[in-house]
Formats: sequence, C-alpha cells, structure tokens
Amino acid sequence: MANRGIAIRTSPHLNRVLTVEQIMRGVILALLPIAGWSVWQFGLSALLLLVTTTAVSVLTEWALARAAGKGNSLRDGSVIITGILLALTLPPGFPLWMAAVAAFIGVALGKWLFGGLGYNVMNPALIGRAFVQAAFPTAITTWTPPFAPGRFVEPIPSTLTPPFMQPIPVDQWVAGLGFDGWSGATPLALQRFQHVETPVWDLFAGTVTGSAGETSALLILLCGLWLAWQRMLDWRIPVSVMAGAILSALPFWLIDPTLYPSPWFVLCAGGLMLGAWFMASDMVASPVTTWGVVIYGLLIGILTVIIRLFGGLVEGVMYAILLANALGPLISDWTQPRVYGAKQSRQGR
Amino acid sequence: MKANQISAPWGLMSGSTARPQGDRQGMRPKDAPQTPSHEGLFAHLDLAFKRWLGWHKTFAHGVYPVEHKELTAGKPIRRLPFADELIIPLQQHKGAPAVPIVKVGQEVMRGEPIARANEVMSVPLHAPATGVIRAIGLAPTADGPKAPAIFLKVYQAASQDALLGKRCDPEQLSPEEIIQAVQEAGLVGLGGAAFPSYVKLRPQAGRSIHTLLVNGCECEPYLTCDHRIMLEQAESLIRGIRIALKAAGARRAIIGVEDNKLDAIAHLRAHLRQTDPDGPISVAAVQAKYPQGAEKMLIKALLDQEVPIGGIPADLGVAVFNVGTLAQMGELLPKGQGLIERVITVSGPAVKHPGNFLVPIGTPVRFLLERIGITGDLGEVILGGPMMGMAVASLDVPITKGVSGVVALHPEDPALAARPVYPCIHCGECVRACPVSLNPSLLGELAMARQYQAMAEQYLEQCFECGCCAFVCPANIPLTQYFRIAKSINRDAERRRAGKGSH
Repeated sequence: MANRGIAIRTSPHLNRVLTVEQIMRGVILALLPIAGWSVWQFGLSALLLLVTTTAVSVLTEWALARAAGKGNSLRDGSVIITGILLALTLPPGFPLWMAAVAAFIGVALGKWLFGGLGYNVMNPALIGRAFVQAAFPTAITTWTPPFAPGRFVEPIPSTLTPPFMQPIPVDQWVAGLGFDGWSGATPLALQRFQHVETPVWDLFAGTVTGSAGETSALLILLCGLWLAWQRMLDWRIPVSVMAGAILSALPFWLIDPTLYPSPWFVLCAGGLMLGAWFMASDMVASPVTTWGVVIYGLLIGILTVIIRLFGGLVEGVMYAILLANALGPLISDWTQPRVYGAKQSRQGR
Repeated sequence: MKANQISAPWGLMSGSTARPQGDRQGMRPKDAPQTPSHEGLFAHLDLAFKRWLGWHKTFAHGVYPVEHKELTAGKPIRRLPFADELIIPLQQHKGAPAVPIVKVGQEVMRGEPIARANEVMSVPLHAPATGVIRAIGLAPTADGPKAPAIFLKVYQAASQDALLGKRCDPEQLSPEEIIQAVQEAGLVGLGGAAFPSYVKLRPQAGRSIHTLLVNGCECEPYLTCDHRIMLEQAESLIRGIRIALKAAGARRAIIGVEDNKLDAIAHLRAHLRQTDPDGPISVAAVQAKYPQGAEKMLIKALLDQEVPIGGIPADLGVAVFNVGTLAQMGELLPKGQGLIERVITVSGPAVKHPGNFLVPIGTPVRFLLERIGITGDLGEVILGGPMMGMAVASLDVPITKGVSGVVALHPEDPALAARPVYPCIHCGECVRACPVSLNPSLLGELAMARQYQAMAEQYLEQCFECGCCAFVCPANIPLTQYFRIAKSINRDAERRRAGKGSH
C-alpha cells in the first residue's frame, strides 16, 4: 500500500474553506457595483480617481512590503480594498495628485507603519482621507454635480490640476454646463446651514451630489447585505452603527424637526452607509469580541451624529470611525467573554 | 481487494469454530430498528420538527463541519478477520501503563489477562486473540514516540473462543464489587479520552454522583460507531447504564444524543418504553454541533451547569460516560470478560468500502486499510475524527482502546492543500467559535510573542484543543497547535518550579 509522503499534521485536520484571500476578494466584488455607480454618476473623473488611488495604494504596498522583507503581501488583496474605498470617499473632482498623496499616506502611515495587514490599528483608507482633509481643506469640500453632460468625454476640470496649482473654480465649469441653481452644497451642508432637507428617496437612490461612492444608500445596503450573507462581514457592526445613529438622532428630531435632521436623513445622507458597511466593518481595525463590536458600532453611530449636529464639520463618519478604531483594543479588552466555568465575569478582574 | 472479502465475517479464518460463542456483538443486529410503528413514526416526526426548529438544547458557540456521516451511518457493525500480528501497547489509558504478566514465547488464549494494572489509575490488558507472545518491546504509536507494547502472533487456525472469567449477575454485586469488576475488565472511555472507567464510578471523598450522563453525541465528522452501537446494542447499553447507576449510586441517567441521529433517539426511547417505562433512564436530544460530545459541553447542554475552572464533573455530582463504554460494560461484566475488541468507523474519501467494524485491540491500521480497501494513494490517515484525531506517521500503529475511527484522505484532498498563513485580521470568527469562550485571537497573538504566562492568565488551561478556532480561522493560523505547545511549556515551567520548591 502506498503510504509514501503521508502527511503528519496536527488536529484539526479540516478547515472551513474561507480564506483571507476569499474574504478580501468578496469585499472587492461587493465594492465594484458601488464603484460602478460612482463612475456612472460622475463619469471619467470618478474612474480616474479609482484607478489612481488603487494603483498608488498597490505600488506603495508593493514597495513597502519589499522593504520590510514581506515579499508577497499583494496576494491577500487587502490593499486593493483600501484603494477603492479611498476613492469612494473623495469628492469626484478631487485633483488626482492629491488622491495619490492620500493613497500613499493611507498605506504607508495607516498600514505599514504598524506592520502591514493585520497590525494596523485604524482603517488605512480613512487615515489617507483624514490626511488630505487636513492638508487640502478646500479641494475636499468642493463638490460637483452628478450626471453632468459630457461626463464620459472629459473629466471634471479640477481632476487634472497639477500639483500646487489652483484648480479652476467649479462654479465656472458648472455655469458652462448650464446647471440651474447649482449651489455646490451636499445634502448634509444644505440641511446644516440652510435647513433644507433633501428628500430621503433621492438620498436612498443616490441621485445627489457627494463623495464619489457614498451617494447611493440603496446600492451600499444591497452590496453590504450580500457580504454579510457570505459571512465576510460581521453584520453586527453596520447594524449597530445604524442603530446608534438612529437612536441618537431621534430625540433631537422629535424636539425640533425644523432644526434637526430626521433619523432617516442622518442614515442616508453623507458617508454613513458606506462607513457603516464598508469601513467600520473593517475586521482588522474593529474589536474581536461579539459584544465589543456592538459597542464599537453604537459608538460610531453616536459620534457621527454628535459631530454632524454640533461639530464644525458637516460630515462626521470618518472621525467617528477613526476614534472608535483607536478605542477598539480597549473595547475588546472590556468585553472579553466570560470563560466557561469561571464564576465571575472577567471584566471585574 | 474484493468487496465480498470484507462482507464475509471472518473471511480468512478457517473453520466455523472461529466465531466466538456467546458474543452477540457483530452478528446481525436483533434489536436494530425495524419499520417504525405509528407511535414511533410520530415520535420521529416530532423530533425531526424540533431539530428543524433548532429547539434541542446545546451550548454556546461551536462550529458545524460537514458531517460526512452518510458514508457509514447505515452500515451495520461487521467483523474483520484477525491480523497476523497484533500490537498491544501497555499504555492504552490515561494513568500509569499496565505491567506485562506474560513472557515471550508464552501461548495465550483470547481474553486471558496479559498485563496487570499498575497502581495509579491503571487497568489490565487482555489478549485480543489466541496466539503466542512474539515480543515485548517498542512499537509505533499515534502520539509519535515509540512506546512499550506486547506483540501477539495470532494462531489463525485456533478456535477464537474468548476465555471468560466468572459469570455473574451485576444486579447481585455490591457497588464496590462492580467497580472492581469494571477495572478488571480493562474498561476505559471508548469515546477517545481513554480515561479508566472505574475511577469515574468510585465515589470520591465528600462527593457523590447523582446524575449519569451518557454521551451519544459523536460530534466528530465521519464517525458513526457510537450511532451504530446505539442502534444495534441498545440492550447492552441499557444494561451497562443500570450497572453504572448502581456502582456510582446515581439517581438518574440521561442519554444525550445529537439530533442528527434521530433514529437512535427514537430507537433508544422505544427500547426504554418497552423494558422500563418508569425507570431512571431518559433520552434527550441535543443539537448536532461540534464539539457537543465534549464532556463539559454536554453538561452545559443537558444540565445547564458549568464545570468550575480546575474542577471535574464530579464536583457537580455528574459522571459522563460514552455509549460505547457503557455498552461494553453491559456486555462484558455479566460474562466476566475483558475488553479485547471495540467498534470503530473506517471512513474517509480514500477508503473504498467505508463502514463500522468490530476489530480486535491491537490491529494495525495497515491491516485494516488493506482489508477494507483504499482508492488511490493515501495522503493522511487520522486515528479518531478529523477535528481532534491524530495523524499517524506509520501505518503500523495499532488500534487501541481509545481509537474510535480511522479516517483516510487522498494526497490531493482539499483539507491537505497548503494554505498560506496570514497575520490575524481580527475577524472574530474564533471568538464566536470557541465553546469555552476564550479569545483565541488574543491568545494566538500572545503565543506568537511567546507570552506564555500571560496566556495562562487568559485561562489557556480551559482550552481542551477541540480545534474550532483553527477550523474557522481564515488566516489559517494553527491556533490549536499554538495552544497545545503553550500549555506544555507552561506545565514544564510549573513542574520545574514545583521541583525547585521541594528541594
């Protein structure tokens, strides 16, 4: 009987066949429809943005992994997620060189400073975005109208701005397109400063302006649900982020609906959906314990609403997630499960 | 090899006297379920409905590996011929190894004691076949290093009647006499742990056993030998439970069976209803989930109690026995016979005719696989189930009392595919899988940093190496292996400290 090369492994001798590569591939697949919608909505600029951030992220990862002596780190695919996610959180007309800087900073400082996949404390895409938010405050709050005519023929003028030059004012470009009443404000800004609430259906369907990939709540929800169904995403995180946002927005809205946004508006406007389903749920930067992720999600929802209602920014998801990321290890520590046979909970130790 | 060689019992034995007399095991099951009666049918539907609803009790967490039980669940227990040589390791149980009482060249009869129990938690060994002692020396074991064993050359032509001791009626014996008889029979836990059975029955100072849990879960994929025992040896099983109840002084016994064995549950219930409807024995369905068959998990599921850290089930007044063990107890004790054979499942994609077999203790794995047949090459051979079993380095490893099955895989089996190991991505799957609610993700990171003491503070000792965490890990981190190593390092350190302290 042939028994040459018989394997000696330790138990368990079986695996549930779901690998890191498969999870990452699943997330990329789930992001593709959202990226597709952003290209459909904003045209060539969104496509260039996606290509730029992804390419720069991959290149940065490749170079730094080589430098760190971890040769084959592109195989897991996680850096492609970072690239796509970053593009989706940026304004569609964002100058490409700034996007490249964001991608480099995100992967270099957000991921490789900590040691690569699995070791980063915060979401790399958001680190990159947080950097450009601070470095280029004007460019990152300059919005362009969706469904502009000729969007597949030529990019938004600001897209190809060379480094350290002023992009041409978006108003001029928009005026040339013949848009009536283009205010340049996102639904969140409209609500915040003019108390004009965009109809929730428009937000839900995603026919409004905003960052490249955050506009369609419906599409994000569908893609996220598919991912959760594939067990590639912990459903507790997005659900508790949404619950935290709704619960903390509800009392204000009940007190004064003219001043404060409705919970549905909070949920569908801005980057909350994208953040809840695709960034808060980043496994590496979220707590590991079952109750930990619920606390973490609720915290993100609540912080987002606080920043949006009382902060200096109209959007708050990014900082809420980064803050909660930083608290992640602590939350994990607080919520260690009670070990079988232990009399008291480990929390009291 | 041809199929008929397997299906014919005692295929290679000469003469009809080869079949041991007075031994019902392995013959056509008399009390195996026939067509269900109306009452039985209703009970079956009720059980199936509750299984569908997920109503049956269970523990928190755990995993659901593909069961592969359909390969052998319908295969009645059959005998295989004797191998030419049996290898009987002296250590087939937890505790001190048995001490040989035979010499090389001595002829022994099937059932005759060949090794006596050492003082500490030990049981004797009996000759699994009539033959001559060829050698006493080192033999390969599944654990790795070679260990002392008795090599028995089988007389293939001899009558293989078992030598029986004093027949007795266990009902007439006192608990002490039963416990002694259990030890003399060489009985150990046949579920895999191989813990000497008499130790669990013996009342400990200040503790008393009130509940006997009978473990019919068999949660490992592929294995179906306990399932077949419940179907085919219900009578012996119930007799064994009664004996154990008396010996332990327990008030009740609950047979816990996973709800993927609805026929066994219905069969045992019907059997009890016919023989002793108001007796102390009941059958409870538990959810089919790995590792439901772990002692602590079964206690949690059936009694909703947890064995305290550092404690044993007896602290709760509970003793847990595998169904196979109790079926053997019910079979062997009245005859005064020793444990010389056991039921195992031989299955897996590389096995040509998977099934359940009654094999003499000491049968080499090579002989089993040659008899039963394999397809293609062998990639891995596991003693026990694939979740907790041991991969063997050599096919000359024998079946011992604690081996419940042999699972053979092809070299190209996906389970054997080399998968890259990634850093932990904190997905939390292991935390949601660990049946004792450890944080394997954290423990794994501590293990990589060689923080073994910190691991101990995180309750590492509670890990019973079920493998759930490594099973679900998408980063393919060998968590169970890390914990096994850390535990042994911690134990060594502990021993060194204790050694220094005593000087």
